[in-house]
Amino acid sequence: MTEPLKIAGASDMPLNLQRTDFISDQEVRWCPGCGDYSILFQVQSVLPKLNIPRENLVFVSGIGCSSRFPYYMNTYGFHTIHGRAPTIATGIKVANPDLSVWVITGDGDGLSIGGNHFIHVMRRNLDVNVLLFNNRIYGLTKGQYSPTSEFGKKTKSSPMGSIERPINPLCVAIASEATFVARSIDVDTKHLAATIERAARHKGVAFIEIYQNCNIFNDGAYKPISDKEVRADNMLYLEHGKPMIFGKDRNKGIRLNGIKPEVVTIGENGVTVDDLLIHDESAEDPTLAYLLTQMNFPNFPVPMGVFRSVSKPTFEDLMAQQIEVATARGRCNLEELLNSGDTWVVE
Amino acid sequence: MSSTAILGNTEERVQELTSVTIRFAGDSGDGMQLTGTQFTNTAALLGNDISTLPDFPAEIRAPQGSLPGVSGFQVNFSSVDIRTPGDEPDVLVAMNPAALKVNLPDLHEGGILIVNENEFTKANLEKAGYTSNPLTDDSLAGYRLIAIPITDLTYNALADMNLTKRNKERCKNFFALGIVFALFDRPLEPTYRWIEQKFGAKPDIAEANRRTLKAGFDYADTTEIFTTHYRVRKANLPPGKYRKITGNEATALGFVTAAELAGRPLFYGSYPITPASDILHELSRLKNFGVKSFQAEDEIAAIGAAIGAAFAGHIGLTGTSGPGVCLKSEAIGLAVMTELPVVIINVQRGGPSTGLPTKTEQADLLQAFYGRNGECPVAVVAPSSPSDCFKMAVEAVRLAVTFMTPVFYLSDGYIANGAEPWRIPQLSELPAIRPVLRQDPTGFLPYERDEQTLARPWAVPGTPGLEHRIGGLEKQHRTGNVSYDPANHDFMVRLRAEKIARIANFIPDATVEGDPEGDLLVVGWGGTYGAIATATEELRRQGYRVSNVHLRYLSPFPRNLGDLLRRFKRVAVAELNLGQLDLLIRGKFLVDTVSINKVAGKPFKVSELVARCKALL
Ligand SMILES: Cc1ncc(C[n+]2csc(CCOP(=O)(O)OP(=O)(O)O)c2C)c(N)n1
Ligand code: SF4
Ligand SMILES: [Mg+2]
Repeated sequence: MTEPLKIAGASDMPLNLQRTDFISDQEVRWCPGCGDYSILFQVQSVLPKLNIPRENLVFVSGIGCSSRFPYYMNTYGFHTIHGRAPTIATGIKVANPDLSVWVITGDGDGLSIGGNHFIHVMRRNLDVNVLLFNNRIYGLTKGQYSPTSEFGKKTKSSPMGSIERPINPLCVAIASEATFVARSIDVDTKHLAATIERAARHKGVAFIEIYQNCNIFNDGAYKPISDKEVRADNMLYLEHGKPMIFGKDRNKGIRLNGIKPEVVTIGENGVTVDDLLIHDESAEDPTLAYLLTQMNFPNFPVPMGVFRSVSKPTFEDLMAQQIEVATARGRCNLEELLNSGDTWVVE
Repeated sequence: MSSTAILGNTEERVQELTSVTIRFAGDSGDGMQLTGTQFTNTAALLGNDISTLPDFPAEIRAPQGSLPGVSGFQVNFSSVDIRTPGDEPDVLVAMNPAALKVNLPDLHEGGILIVNENEFTKANLEKAGYTSNPLTDDSLAGYRLIAIPITDLTYNALADMNLTKRNKERCKNFFALGIVFALFDRPLEPTYRWIEQKFGAKPDIAEANRRTLKAGFDYADTTEIFTTHYRVRKANLPPGKYRKITGNEATALGFVTAAELAGRPLFYGSYPITPASDILHELSRLKNFGVKSFQAEDEIAAIGAAIGAAFAGHIGLTGTSGPGVCLKSEAIGLAVMTELPVVIINVQRGGPSTGLPTKTEQADLLQAFYGRNGECPVAVVAPSSPSDCFKMAVEAVRLAVTFMTPVFYLSDGYIANGAEPWRIPQLSELPAIRPVLRQDPTGFLPYERDEQTLARPWAVPGTPGLEHRIGGLEKQHRTGNVSYDPANHDFMVRLRAEKIARIANFIPDATVEGDPEGDLLVVGWGGTYGAIATATEELRRQGYRVSNVHLRYLSPFPRNLGDLLRRFKRVAVAELNLGQLDLLIRGKFLVDTVSINKVAGKPFKVSELVARCKALL
C-alpha cells in the first residue's frame, strides 16, 4: 500500500482535536435507532486522527435522510440538491485542492437521480471521499423501493414486488475506474471507523458503500449477515495480502475454481490455507475486486473492507498542473490579451 | 442601408460606395465561413465598420450539394457607422446550385451574382431541385450574373503542383475570395499573413492557397468581368485601437477580465452545446490566466461545479443554450437559496426543445426570469451586440459578487457568432469589482446582510472560525439555520426579492436614442439592438417622431424605465419571440404596449422594422 503521507487539508502541527470538536450545535433529527447515527459517530471519531483543522473540512450532500449529515458536522457543509453532491464537490475541490472534501449520499441520491455524476466523479479520480449510505430504500420520501432494493421487494410503490433488478454500487464504482473501493456496515463500528480512516488517507476518489439500517422503512435489511451470532459466518473481512478466511471457527475460505470463486472448508477434501485466494487490493487489474463484488449472501459470505486501492493522478492535480504549465509559458497580462490578434488604430 | 449605386451600371471604372453587403454561400465543405471571415478581417484592418452574420447549416456535413448543406456568411462593410449585417446582400457568391437556390431570394434586385459554373452539372442541379439550368434559362436576368469556371481555374492555377486533386479543389474558395477582393479593390496581404500562420508547417498547402487567391484576383482584374470596381472608404469610428470580435469571443474575454478585476479566479463549467461551445473553447485556452475550465458530464454538473467553486471563493461561471438552462433550473434555485455569485450564460437559440440549434431567437427571457420553482429571483443582463458582450460580462460578474446572487447573461446565436469592430478598452476604463471575503469570525452569521446591497458575507471554506452549513432548505434570517417558520419564510422570500430590486440602484439608467418624447418608442433588449437602432434612425431621417430604448439590464429594470415609457404616445416592444418582454413591461408598468415579433430563427431586418413601425404611426 502506498498511501500518501499528506492528507488534503491536514495540518503539520498536532491539533489535538477531539470527537466533540466535530459536533455542531444542530439537533440531530434522524429517527431513533437509525443506522445514520452510528456513521455520524464514527466519522466524528475518525476525524481527530487525521489532524485536519475544522475549517479545511467540507461535507457535501445531496437530498435524503443520509444527506442531512452535514448539518451535524461542525465543519463547512453544503446540503445541495438531489443527486448532485458530486458536482458541487467537484467545484469546491478544484477551486481549493487543500480542502478535505467529503460527499455524503444515499442509495437513491447517489445511484438513481445522481447515477450519472457518481460515475463521472469516480472516473475523474477527484480526491474526495464518497460515503454512500445504502439502506436499500428511499427513507426521506417514506419508503419507496430504491435502485439497491432487492428484486421482488414489496414497498408502497411496489405493492406486488419490485420488478427491477438491483444495482451493485461497488460494481459501478469499479467499472467507473474508482481508485479506492470499500464496503462496511453501520453496526460493525470498529470496522466502519477503520474503513473510513483508510478512505480518508487515500489520495484520489475513495468510495465506501456503508450498509445502513433504516429501522422505519426497511428494518433488518442486513440482519441475516450482520447479526452478532451469524456475522462471522456470513461476512468475509478482506485483508490485503492475506488468504480469504472466514467463519466462527476460521475454517472456511474462498478458493478460485477456474474463474469462479467457491466456498471451501479448510481441512476437508485436502483443502489447505495455501489453496485459498489471497486478497490483493492494490492489483492494477480490477478483475479480482470485481469478482468479490459478485459474492452475495446466502451463497457466499459478504465481503467487507477494502476491495481496491490503487494510486492514480487526481483530477484536481492534473488540472493544476496544466494551469502551471500554461502559466509558466507566460502568464499573459490582461492588457496583452485584450490587444491580441489583428488590431488597427483609428486616429 | 445597402448602397443602391452598386446596382446601376455606371461607366466609371472605380466607384465609391458607403456600404456593401456580400454573402458568400456554398456547400458546408466549401469553406464559406473561412472565406467570409477573411474578407471581414481585411475590411476591418482597412478601417471599415463591419457587421457579420454567419448562417450555419444544421448538419455538420449534410449530403454534398444538397439544400440543407448550404452554409452562408454575410458581411456588411461600410465607411459609416453600421450596426447590422445588412438586410439584403448586394453581392452573392454562390459556389453551387444549392447555394444559389437557398440564397437568391435574399439578393438585392439587380445585385451582382458570382457563381461557380463548374458546379452547375446535371446532378448538382437535380440535388438543388432545379429542372433547368438557371445560368442558361434566363431566370437570372434581373441580376448581374457573372458565371466563372472557378473549379477549373483553380486546377489550372495549381497545374504544376504536386498535390492531390482533393487538396487542389479545396483551394477554390480562395479563388472566389480573390475575385471579390479584386471587385472591391482590397489588398491580399492580410490573407497571405493568415495563410502563413495557418499553413506555415505545410508549405505546399500554403503555396497553393496563396496562388489560388492571387489567381482569382488577377483573373477578375485582367479579364474585365467587372467593368466597374468599387471602393469603400474607412469608417469614421471613434479614435482608439480596434480588433474584430465575435460575441462569443467577447464573452470569454469579458469574463476573464472581470475575474482579474475582481481578483478572484474564474471557474467555467460547461457541457458542449451550439451556439455556446466556443466560449468553452476560448476559456479552455486561457489557462495562463488561471481559468479553470471544466467540461462536465451534463449541464447540471456544469452548474453544480460552478456553485461549488463559488462557495470556495471563485467566480462561478456556467454557459449553455436553452435546453441546457432547462437542466440547470433546480441548481439555479440552489444558488438563489445559498446566495452565491454564479453567472449563467445562455446563448439563446431557436426553441422549444432542441429547436433550431444554429439559429437565433430571444425566447428564453421568461425562462430566465421565472423558469424555476418557488419565488426565485435572479438578476438578468443581456448584451446588445458582439462587442457589448465584453462589457456586459464584466457587469454580470460585478453584480454577482456585489449582491451575492446568481446572474443570467442572455446572449443569442446572432451576436454570439456575428462580428464587429471592438474598440479595445483601457484597463482604467473598466469598473472596479471589489468582492470582500469574510475573514473575521467575531459576530459572524452566514446570513447577516450588508445594509445597502443586502448581500450576505462570502465566507469560504478554509477560513478559520467561519465554519457553517448552507443548503437548499429555507434559511433562518441572519443565522442561516434551517427554518420552517412561516413568518420567517415570508420574510426571506421578500428579502430575496428586495435584494434583486436594489440592484437598480447600482446600474445605469436607460437612455433614449432620439427625442425623449414623441409618437413612438421602440423598446428592445439584447441582440436586436443593431436592427432596432438602425430602423428608428431611418424613421427619424424620414421625419417621424420615433425613438428607441434598448435594455441591457432586465432584472431589475433600470429605475427610470417607467418614466421613459410614459413620454410617448405609443410604445412598441420589438423582440424575437411572441412578446415576452412585452408581457413583463405591461405587467410592471401598466403601459398599453404593442408587440412587434418575429420567430423565424433570423434577426430582424431593418426594413421589416421600419415597415412595422410605420404601420403604428
Ligand atoms: C429533484 C428531486 N426529486 C425528488 C426529491 C424527493 N426525494 C428526496 S430524498 C429522495 C430519495 C432519497 O433516498 P436515498 O438517497 O436512498 O436517501 P435516504 O433517505 O434513504 O437516506 C427523494 C426521491 C427531491 N428532493 N428532489
Ligand atoms: S427514515 Fe430510515 S433512514 Fe431515514 S432517519 Fe428514519 S430510520 Fe433513518
Ligand atoms: Mg436510501
